[in-house]
Amino acid sequence: MSITVFAILRIRNLYAVVMLASIYSLMAAAIFVILDAVDVAFTEAAVGAGISTVLALGTIALTTDREKKPSRTKILPLIVVCLTGAALIYGTLDLAHYGDPNAPAQQHVGPDYLRDAPVKTGIPNVVTSVLASYRGYDTLGEVTVIFTAGVGVILLLGNWRHIGRRREDEDA
Amino acid sequence: MHSNLVLRVVAKLLMPFIMLFGLYVQFHGDFGPGGGFQAGVIFAAGFILYALIFGLQSAGKVLPRGILRFGIALGVLLFAGVGVYNLLVGGQYLDYNVMAQDPVHGQHLGILLVELGVGITVTSVMVMVFFTFARHRPTKGDD
Repeated sequence: MSITVFAILRIRNLYAVVMLASIYSLMAAAIFVILDAVDVAFTEAAVGAGISTVLALGTIALTTDREKKPSRTKILPLIVVCLTGAALIYGTLDLAHYGDPNAPAQQHVGPDYLRDAPVKTGIPNVVTSVLASYRGYDTLGEVTVIFTAGVGVILLLGNWRHIGRRREDEDA
Repeated sequence: MHSNLVLRVVAKLLMPFIMLFGLYVQFHGDFGPGGGFQAGVIFAAGFILYALIFGLQSAGKVLPRGILRFGIALGVLLFAGVGVYNLLVGGQYLDYNVMAQDPVHGQHLGILLVELGVGITVTSVMVMVFFTFARHRPTKGDD
């Protein structure tokens, strides 16, 4: 994965970058499968490796496939990135080990969900019952976000100008 | 690309399976991995594959823009409507327990409808975004 990331950083041909990003998504999906997060892996493979690649290619077709050379060396961004990265790595030191039964995530509401969700909802897939039932508001919010994104794209790129022109013609 | 026989035949063979798999993920999300979002994305990927190989014109005939615009709103309305229905029959917002004769059935029905809403919106938005990008022709006013 890190090889892909460095290749994405170095290559200036955006077609290659899009393809590498797609490969990166596919590998991320494989990691999610290894971690038993099949639902997330599903989404990552379909959205990250599939649809976003097609959308990025569509964007390239509308704009250009060459990345601009950076106009000046960027020292400040490098420092910011390094500091943020160091802070994040420092943060991971406090994280519980993978699969640790005493981790806070396993102690709080997690056991309740795992115990009660299949009984109360009659649905064996706990992910689905948590998403749709216990966290219904959150999921409604996510759907609204997708709705808003769609409306935004239609407003920005849809052919409103032609429609407006036609209306003006009809008025005249 | 439009006359590429191999691509056309393979895509035609794959389409029913992609759609069937999408339906499976949509309605079997209760029991296995998957759910509305994943199913919506799979449907959208199928339609985008169709549009890539058979052209935007024929894809637009399968899914006209009006239906897509309708679907974008319909999914969210279905989700929110389930919540409002629960309010009307005496429960709390998005509390599916009151939807059927007993809580477990209610949860089942509620989750099914809500996931359907998610699936409809996700499919419509993804396909719509793709169509909008692909149809867009930069004019003088743009960039």
